[in-house]
Amino acid sequence: MIDRRKLLLGGAALALSGCKVFDSATANDSALRRLFASHEGLTRATQRALIGDSPAPEFTESDIRQGQRPNGSINPDGAAYRQMADTAFREYRLTVTGLVEAPVTLSLSDLTALPARTQITRHDCVEGWSCIAKWQGVPLGTVLNLAKPKVTARYAVFHCFDAIERNLSGEVFYYESIDLIDAWHPQTILAYRMNDAPLPVANGAPLRLRVERQLGYKMAKYVHTIELTDTLATLGAGKGSYWADRGYEWYAGI
Amino acid sequence: MPQGPLVYRQRLTTRITHWIWAVCLFFLMLTGLQIFNAFPSLHVGQESGFDYDNAIFAIGAREVGGEVQGITRILGAEFDTTGVLGVSQGEVRAFPAAVTIPSKTSLATGRVIHFFFAWVLVITLALWLIASALNGHLRQLVPTLADLRALPRDLKDHARLRFHHGASYNVLQKLAYASVLFLALPLMILTGLSMSPGFNAVAPWLLDVFGGRQTARTIHFLTMLALVGFFAVHIAMILLAGPLNEMRSILTGWYRTDGGKND
Repeated sequence: MIDRRKLLLGGAALALSGCKVFDSATANDSALRRLFASHEGLTRATQRALIGDSPAPEFTESDIRQGQRPNGSINPDGAAYRQMADTAFREYRLTVTGLVEAPVTLSLSDLTALPARTQITRHDCVEGWSCIAKWQGVPLGTVLNLAKPKVTARYAVFHCFDAIERNLSGEVFYYESIDLIDAWHPQTILAYRMNDAPLPVANGAPLRLRVERQLGYKMAKYVHTIELTDTLATLGAGKGSYWADRGYEWYAGI
Repeated sequence: MPQGPLVYRQRLTTRITHWIWAVCLFFLMLTGLQIFNAFPSLHVGQESGFDYDNAIFAIGAREVGGEVQGITRILGAEFDTTGVLGVSQGEVRAFPAAVTIPSKTSLATGRVIHFFFAWVLVITLALWLIASALNGHLRQLVPTLADLRALPRDLKDHARLRFHHGASYNVLQKLAYASVLFLALPLMILTGLSMSPGFNAVAPWLLDVFGGRQTARTIHFLTMLALVGFFAVHIAMILLAGPLNEMRSILTGWYRTDGGKND
């Protein structure tokens, strides 16, 4: 009985000390952290095996009960961006570059002239909340086709106007990437309208990505350049996105 | 204390999976609270209401006369939970550092550990289910007709803390273990999957079953509370029924029975 009591007291002491005992094991560079993070490969392979090109659920007009909650950057303050925003983004240009046969530059009116897709979908933030909104834009595949991707291209990288972080070495502009499986999915669009109005600045004006089968942080806002590439190693810290470089999953289907 | 013969009651697969699941649930719960802290409210429906209110539970903080108070709201009723929920150790956070992994706020780390142990749980539970269906262990967990007839007497005996130490589980044990293994854990896994935007594309019908992603998240949390309740009763029963004998049986498989009439 005494041993049992000691065990219980030990357990209680452990509980009272908080969960600090597990903190060192979870540092970004520890072997244990890498073991835990190995779930991502399994999650991605499993979802990809099951998912095919099945669409994310779509909703109806009556499901839109509120505005789309903005998150992350909501008002980029770079001078060039501010000037564009003040002139209704008439000077805005989207560049498609990298591993393509024919790099293209498109204005907002070029983009709106292309066949559009409209979808009412649920936006899921990694924090846990969800919000339903109507998105209208041009399928990413349509835009990529204009630039004729090379066969070696594997990822689409999105470069954005918003400085998400400022540190001693300067500004870090938001960057994100998806593979070409998601890039060619029919629901993956470059949205320029939201809830029947031009995309607001808080939600990523003039152009943001929608990747409906993944979490919100994949859906880069304020996109100015799409770069096709065969590796993510040279981007940021090498994990493929601003948040992936900070410990989040690059594949955010869960 | 039981004085009868030792019987081999828990086979090796039961003992191993028991401890794997204990570890999994420990990490899943504490990383789950870390994840919850990133958006500390529970809602009913497809989405979380910001311009309207569909929350049934929320933990927050507000300043009252220069002091920050922790506030917990359940179905519209507010409670001051300063020191535990909302505000703890001078920090504004929903669940306190003592019950989250990691102790500091890190959604990314919480998620990575949560999904790792979710996979361990899903894989071991699936293997165990197949093995148990084949080796007959499942039948030991499902109450028989005779068990159910003995239910009132068993309830009365438990209430009087008169425990019988038999070679097989009593009806309350069977009901408790079967509820966890066949109801609570599958419900946890399915509501968890309902929160995955990727899995929503695979099985959109799950959202209809649970009434939307945010309701699924709420059920996920409530089922966690039910599992905590099971854990509390489980530990209390072990302490009351003879901790050494109970621990021996879940470590070595051997359990001392009453002998005589109680099989």
